[in-house]
Amino acid sequence: MDAKPSVSVALAGSGGAGVMTAGNMLLEAAALAGYYGLMTRTSGPQIRGGEAAAMLRISTLPGDGQDDRFQVLAAIDWQNVGRFAAELPLGPQSLIIGDPARGEPPEAFTASGARYAPVPLKALAAEIPGAWPNMVAFGLLAGLIGLPLTVLEAAARKSMKKGLDAGIAAAQRGFAVAAQLQACPLQPPPAKAARWLITGNEAAGYGALRGGVRFVAAYPITPATELLEYLAPALAKVGGTLVQAEDELASINMALGASYGGVPSLTATSGPGLSLMIESLGLGVAAEIPVVVVDVMRTGPSTGIATKSEQADLGAALYGLHGDAPHVVVAPNSLADCLAATEWAVQLAESLQVPALVLSDQYLGQARGVVDVPPAANGSVKRTQAQGGEGFKRYALTPSGVSPMAIPGTPGATYTADGLEHNERGTPSSQSSDHLAQMDKRARKLAELDPGDAWASVEGDGDTALVTFGSCTAPAREAIARHGPGVKLVSLRLLAPAQPERLKRALAGVKRVLVLEQNHSGQFLRYLRAEYDLPGEVKSLRRPGPLPFRPAEIHAALGQWSRA
Amino acid sequence: MNAPGAPMLAAKDFKSDTKPVWCPGCGDFSVLSAITKALAALGLKPENVAVVSGIGCSSRIPAYTSCYGFHGVHGRALPVATGLKAARPDLTVLVASGDGDGYSIGGNHFLHACRRNVDLTYIVMDNHVYGMTKGQPSPTTEPDWSSKLAPGGTGLKEFHPLVIALASGANFIARAYSGDPNGCAALIEQAVRHPGFSFIEVLSPCVTFRPEQREWKNMAHPAPVAPTDDPGRAARRLMTDDGFNIGVLYQGHRAPYRLGNVASQTVEALECQFRL
Repeated sequence: MDAKPSVSVALAGSGGAGVMTAGNMLLEAAALAGYYGLMTRTSGPQIRGGEAAAMLRISTLPGDGQDDRFQVLAAIDWQNVGRFAAELPLGPQSLIIGDPARGEPPEAFTASGARYAPVPLKALAAEIPGAWPNMVAFGLLAGLIGLPLTVLEAAARKSMKKGLDAGIAAAQRGFAVAAQLQACPLQPPPAKAARWLITGNEAAGYGALRGGVRFVAAYPITPATELLEYLAPALAKVGGTLVQAEDELASINMALGASYGGVPSLTATSGPGLSLMIESLGLGVAAEIPVVVVDVMRTGPSTGIATKSEQADLGAALYGLHGDAPHVVVAPNSLADCLAATEWAVQLAESLQVPALVLSDQYLGQARGVVDVPPAANGSVKRTQAQGGEGFKRYALTPSGVSPMAIPGTPGATYTADGLEHNERGTPSSQSSDHLAQMDKRARKLAELDPGDAWASVEGDGDTALVTFGSCTAPAREAIARHGPGVKLVSLRLLAPAQPERLKRALAGVKRVLVLEQNHSGQFLRYLRAEYDLPGEVKSLRRPGPLPFRPAEIHAALGQWSRA
Repeated sequence: MNAPGAPMLAAKDFKSDTKPVWCPGCGDFSVLSAITKALAALGLKPENVAVVSGIGCSSRIPAYTSCYGFHGVHGRALPVATGLKAARPDLTVLVASGDGDGYSIGGNHFLHACRRNVDLTYIVMDNHVYGMTKGQPSPTTEPDWSSKLAPGGTGLKEFHPLVIALASGANFIARAYSGDPNGCAALIEQAVRHPGFSFIEVLSPCVTFRPEQREWKNMAHPAPVAPTDDPGRAARRLMTDDGFNIGVLYQGHRAPYRLGNVASQTVEALECQFRL
């Protein structure tokens, strides 16, 4: 088979089979060989012992979208793996590798026309004392995609704590077996450069620290937990504090309390937790307390599918707060952007004294990828602090809407932060004039915001525009590349406050707009309709999670339109 | 605390010029006085004290002090205070609440604040009624107290906040009576000095919706025995006393929540774990 610029392989099996370990090792090996790579994951609902699949795309180019189909699906065993068939698309050119001792591949996979190559993974591992079939599979997949043997050992050394020699021997055994199968080799790697291997959740956590966050309140929830677990030791190292809260009502309020004390603060959650936090986000708006909440979105409503991705919290994030409550919503549009977007959210929250939501999702958050080294931090943005003095007005009606914020300990500037409407001094007031003045002021802060070019990723040119956000951006970009000239990509990063003038300029000359999003009801489309004037004909391409959009279906939607 | 030699502030220096919304005769006026007296006696400065509250009559207190105040949403005063103290261990943090705010909507935070033992002073003004919403039964309301929302009474046994605090790990448990502002102030002072979480249940009458609570002045009395550090003994005392024993009823020795990480490296140094 001809060498390709990217190859997609999946490794599946029941829990405890080590598919994530082997997948991570393969990603590491590919990175050491100089490739870019991405690994996303899917798993069943079981706490331990459920089926799981590591889905990798190794590439000569940066990017964090999955391809249309997998060239190879290898399974340690087939127990319940058939449940993932929709998430593991195969085609006639694909190769299925399975252990004949563990049964035949499910019909759901073979129906694709993929060839089946039985490989006795368990028996091969059994020849090496202390070795496991997942390491044979690791070596096999590395061999099939053409990684050099040397990187296998280096990758194993980086991740294996015990059984290293047996693991390396098993990987070498699998690598040798690959030579007997039809390979799906990669083109040579790109020029060597410094790169990072990072997950979206780690990137968001690190972005928070770069933005200056030094207090985090944590309540565990899938798929945001890893973000909090990254921050627990990292915060301690930089002198910050993480407190595990009793629930999300507590975590958001702890973050507000710490921020009121002058320490930039954050919490991370997913949809159910966001719902619990929303009342207190309104408090952050009214009392003008900076706080950042990262929502790693999962499939909803309610508990939904806790382990899988969807872009369906957009409506709640934008409009869930009661009262008129202007706040900030940003959405990272790549794995690496989880860092920059979260760092930016901290800066926006601090400089505008407002809650900022970061809409990540399970796909981005739990994806692990090889990325170019992100640009250096652009300096923390400090909140406007009051020095105190006679007649201090915490909520003074300034032209920008941002008032000096006194930090406890500052003499002559004491005030009460209040969810009650208040006057300029912060004294509770039920007068209509105070309400109007403070509402105007809180709205003005956001209206005055100049996000520069950061508001969206605008790429290419043409009379058709593909407008999207978040994790839909990568497959959209790839679809446009396949389509050829004539399509412009607009991926919004700043969802609130809306930027109608900027989008108008970005869509100048556009006659058709395709709106792409991963939810059932078209929340993004309705948001665009409400906040912006979209030119020409508008079509919606959407479906709920958990299946990610594949470039081919977006390409097809663009193609149908050009023919119409 | 004030620098040595600095003039001590008086209780009035801890009051703001904002006029309380409370009804005449409300017990919370005296609690406000007790708090300001205690802060003056402790030699603190208003800017180094934060008073945090939720929603309800008693939760209006922060704005009536000259300290830094935080009047948040219903039931969440303890988490706000926990975050504030964790981020700013140098501040003295008081938390004001009531029986509805603290024991009903905020009940879960009460359990976990007792257990976590962050150095906060939690003052709950208990009048066995929701006053701000004009007279509904709270978790400490007697089962036969009739109201519009619960005609004939709730039929539910009262919640016992002190026993629950003890069971949840609280290390300083006291009962005060608002009708004795000096005694109340002394207990608050003692609670602030206590390391870790301290809980003071203040019997603070609602003369508007529970006028019969005026009788509390004849019922409150000093606890007949000294505080114990034995939780078993404390449990027995709390469960069998008449509900009007005033004083520190339990004081243990559990270490407070550990705070104050010191930076050992720069943020940039964290990047090494991601580098290939």
